[in-house]
Amino acid sequence: MKALLFALRSFGRELRSGEVLVLLAAVGLAVAALTAVGFLTDRIGKAVARQANEVLAADLRLRSQEPVPAEWREMAADFNLETADTLSFPSVVFNGDDSALSSIKVVSDKYPLRGAMRVSDELFGEQREVDTVPASGEVWADGALLARVGADVGDILDIGELQLRVSAVLTYRPDQSIGFASLAPTVVMNIADIDRSGLIGVGSRVRYALLIAGDEQNVASFNEAIQDKLPDEIRVRSQEESSERAYNAADRAQRFLSLTAVISLLLSAVAVAMSARRFAHRRMDAVALMKSLGATQGFVIQVSLVQLLLLGILGVAAGSIVGYAAEGIISRILADLLAGDLPEAGLRPVILASGSALVLMLGFALPSMIQLRNTPPLRVLRHDEMPPAPSRLLVGGLSLLAVAALLYRSVGDPRMLVILIGGIVVIAGGLYLVGRGLVAIIGRARSGVGVAWRYGLANVARRGRDSAVQVVAFGLGITVLLLLTLVRTDLLEGWRQTMDEDAPNHFLINIQPHEVESVGEMFVTNDLEVPTFTPLVRARMTSINGESVKDRKYPNEDGRWLANREANLSWSAELSSSNEIVEGQWWSAEYKGPALVSIEEEAAMNAGLTLGDKLEFFVAGRSVEAEISSIRKINWDSFQPNFFLVLSPGALDDLPTTYISSMRIADDKQPMLIDLMRKHPAVSVIDLGAILQQVRGIIEKATLAVQAVFVFTLAAGIAVLFAAVQSTIDERRFESAMLRALGARKLTVFSGVMAEFAALGAAAGFLASAGASILAWLVATELFELPYEFSLLIWVAGIGAGIFVVCVSGFFAARGAVNAAPVDVLRGVTT
Amino acid sequence: MPDQPVTNVLEALELSKEVSSPEGSLTILNDVSFTIRKGESVAVVGPSGAGKSTLLALLAGLDLPTRGHVVLNGANLSDLDEDGRARVRADSVGFVFQSFHLVPSLNALENVMLPLELAGQGDARKAARKIIDKVGLADRWSHYPAQLSGGEKQRVAIARAFATEPAVLFADEPTGNLDSRTGETIMALMFELNRSSSTTLVLVTHDNNLAERCDRILALDTGRLVRDTGAGA
Ligand SMILES: Nc1ncnc2c1ncn2[C@@H]1O[C@H](COP(=O)(O)OP(=O)(O)OP(=O)(O)O)[C@@H](O)[C@H]1O
Ligand SMILES: [Mg+2]
Repeated sequence: MKALLFALRSFGRELRSGEVLVLLAAVGLAVAALTAVGFLTDRIGKAVARQANEVLAADLRLRSQEPVPAEWREMAADFNLETADTLSFPSVVFNGDDSALSSIKVVSDKYPLRGAMRVSDELFGEQREVDTVPASGEVWADGALLARVGADVGDILDIGELQLRVSAVLTYRPDQSIGFASLAPTVVMNIADIDRSGLIGVGSRVRYALLIAGDEQNVASFNEAIQDKLPDEIRVRSQEESSERAYNAADRAQRFLSLTAVISLLLSAVAVAMSARRFAHRRMDAVALMKSLGATQGFVIQVSLVQLLLLGILGVAAGSIVGYAAEGIISRILADLLAGDLPEAGLRPVILASGSALVLMLGFALPSMIQLRNTPPLRVLRHDEMPPAPSRLLVGGLSLLAVAALLYRSVGDPRMLVILIGGIVVIAGGLYLVGRGLVAIIGRARSGVGVAWRYGLANVARRGRDSAVQVVAFGLGITVLLLLTLVRTDLLEGWRQTMDEDAPNHFLINIQPHEVESVGEMFVTNDLEVPTFTPLVRARMTSINGESVKDRKYPNEDGRWLANREANLSWSAELSSSNEIVEGQWWSAEYKGPALVSIEEEAAMNAGLTLGDKLEFFVAGRSVEAEISSIRKINWDSFQPNFFLVLSPGALDDLPTTYISSMRIADDKQPMLIDLMRKHPAVSVIDLGAILQQVRGIIEKATLAVQAVFVFTLAAGIAVLFAAVQSTIDERRFESAMLRALGARKLTVFSGVMAEFAALGAAAGFLASAGASILAWLVATELFELPYEFSLLIWVAGIGAGIFVVCVSGFFAARGAVNAAPVDVLRGVTT
Repeated sequence: MPDQPVTNVLEALELSKEVSSPEGSLTILNDVSFTIRKGESVAVVGPSGAGKSTLLALLAGLDLPTRGHVVLNGANLSDLDEDGRARVRADSVGFVFQSFHLVPSLNALENVMLPLELAGQGDARKAARKIIDKVGLADRWSHYPAQLSGGEKQRVAIARAFATEPAVLFADEPTGNLDSRTGETIMALMFELNRSSSTTLVLVTHDNNLAERCDRILALDTGRLVRDTGAGA
């Protein structure tokens, strides 16, 4: 009680004296950075996820071969979720005598729940977004379909027993990339018309879907609630299964965002730890004095804790205000990128950040405070008497505990947690050891250099443990910033390829062998590069190593599905440029032996297949057996035709084959496609433009998120360095005053200080480069599944950045110390 | 004051202090014994490095002896833990240091209030104002240490030391950082307070004049007590 009163009373005085400002600033900065990053990751993360969900036109999709029973719709309503129904099936559409196979999409009023359809009023006309569906008695049809049957807006199409008027040209629907299998052009019609169509009957291949969307939390709990109850014939699809490409981009962006959040957390932790150290150090004299005047340990620690807590609260308050303001400004800047219907970010990130900062402060400052308690009162007589250093176990344990607790909250991914914490602990340990070693070497080296350097290097050596701690702080700061830079560069580079303006934007499928040549000629006459035609053979897998695919056990459902569905096989002499062999070997170009097959990595895993397994296929009355000779990884971002199963040349000769191809066709050349469809009515043209646009949308947001968050983390990193320099500022003031009193010129003293920082920065940068290279490799390969190349440049950058950043923050921090008038300092010290 | 009952306020019994150094164990205080009565003023003298500050630290319980023990105002310091010794200090010890040791973030008045608050005295502010007036700083009480001269700082330190009316006041070269005239004023102040509140004064000094003005002189050399003018008195 007495301690509380005393602490409260003297806190005001402490504040006035400015003693505690550094810790206050560190805590404030931590909160501000965490708030801003938390806000960005939260908001942008949601925007990215929403965009990715567009691919599904919903957050969740229940699909079935039968109508989805009403109970699921009601259950969704109970969870406060919106629903929409869709049916899709293939059907022939007539315009008079012209007909074409088309994919009919029957939708209810609310479709789509995510994203929006776009239509135009005439073929190749200006497109606009709509939030309705075709009225009863009307349809919206793909331009490709209209071209093929020679119809235009306003014409009547016969679909089943219905006669429906084309009221608009469908140019985009969010879920068009789903079900690549049914690639026929789409007609969208109203669900009200379906009963009269006569299209739904026994044997019709109708796929029913119930679309569900709503609050993230509600969707998740709904998804959880239905997991066990769902009958076998209903399958749930969430966004991650629906579009590999879109999902990959969104997923990596999310991972990067959480990585960034973690890193700003770590940086804040280091900043708080450094300034807490200084805070404790500065209080040591006061504590020794209080003890000599009769204060007990309990009293001393209570006072310190209360003041620490008060500081924390003040810092948190200041940081919250800054963070909240930043949040407001950022959301205004990003307004059009963050879709309008996102919930306001609100106070949540502020509260989380404040909590985190308080936990950090306790975890990192507590050991220093506990150390304070043991300050020997003898210090009042012998100034070099120090309290015993806090137990390493305590320091390590408490700080790790604090960080782990926070990380666990912000990263759902235990693997990332292990990699990061493990990496950081190892790097910090290494930094400390090497730091001490370097300090020793630097101490030796000082006799061979000029006075400024000697003074600087002597300082590094004398402050042994302190210098090593500084190297750790600098090093960790630089490590995580380098790490972030490396991963960010990798990520952006990967995305750039997808964003490539030359990426294919059209697929041609169902090209008959005899058409290959004339289709190719059409490209020549239109001044376009003739694309590669890839063969495709439809087959059914019948057995694996002699065992029927129906009876076999699979590691998971996807594997069973893969083995039992109709398979698209291809053959090729050369490995596609978008593929990479991960196991086994690709056959030589002249290979003529027994049939071999190369399987995609994930498919192999799902179906439990390995090298040497024998797959038997049934094609057009013939059986083909092939042995797995390699496993491939496919870069789905390439937009090239790719197959799970590719056989060796000759294996599929004389079997019914069609060809597919992908190509880039510039906008002004697109009319040639209508020509092509007229001449080769059986060939289907698929416009990837819309999908590309979707993926780009995601990537643009993700890129922005990555950049913005990076800037904030950078700021937190600088704060660490500043705090590290600040922690020695008092000593520096005194030393510099003394040296100048002894006749050293300001410049000499200053050069000495800079020499010290340069040495520290170089050491830290060197170690950080090593640490970051290893961590980045782990993170890139393990978490982002990106190829990683070790680069020498990072060492140059690391050491350069180390020297530069440490010297710059050192410059600002030490300038005051060097400029202080010697008399003032020397007077002040003997108070 | 002859009619006052003679009581021992401070007893040193066969005190030794050893410290470890790179060259092995070093004895910096060797078998020192004496008793100091209430109200006595004692000067501890000796060449630099003789062990004067070490002795003072042991007597005040800032540090523990390797052998022997100290009884301060009836309490055997060796039997107490650090907090116990702190309580004894809060109750019965005051300090004046060579380099003043004021808390830079507190003003003069607040510095003087500090021990009063630690000892849990009621109206610390009022008591502190009174004693600040006594040392002649009535109009400087709101100044911070950095704004005060050396002599003024030492007067604040003395005010702080006497604020709790301690049984013993320890001073380690209180005039060491001051010019001789200021030092003279400071000492006059200390002796006056010593008399008026019958505080025992234990004072480390290099100044022979000052030592002569004390009731008794303890001389140390290389850790041994070589002279005690009050022995047997
Ligand atoms: N913790 C310690 N470790 C090593 N040596 C010590 C320690 N404490 C004191 N000494 C040594 O013990 C001796 C006595 O020190 P002390 O400070 O008591 O001397 P002093 O008489 O006060 O000298 P001065 O008049 O210069 O203040 C010195 O030689 C000092 O170096
Ligand atoms: Mg001394």
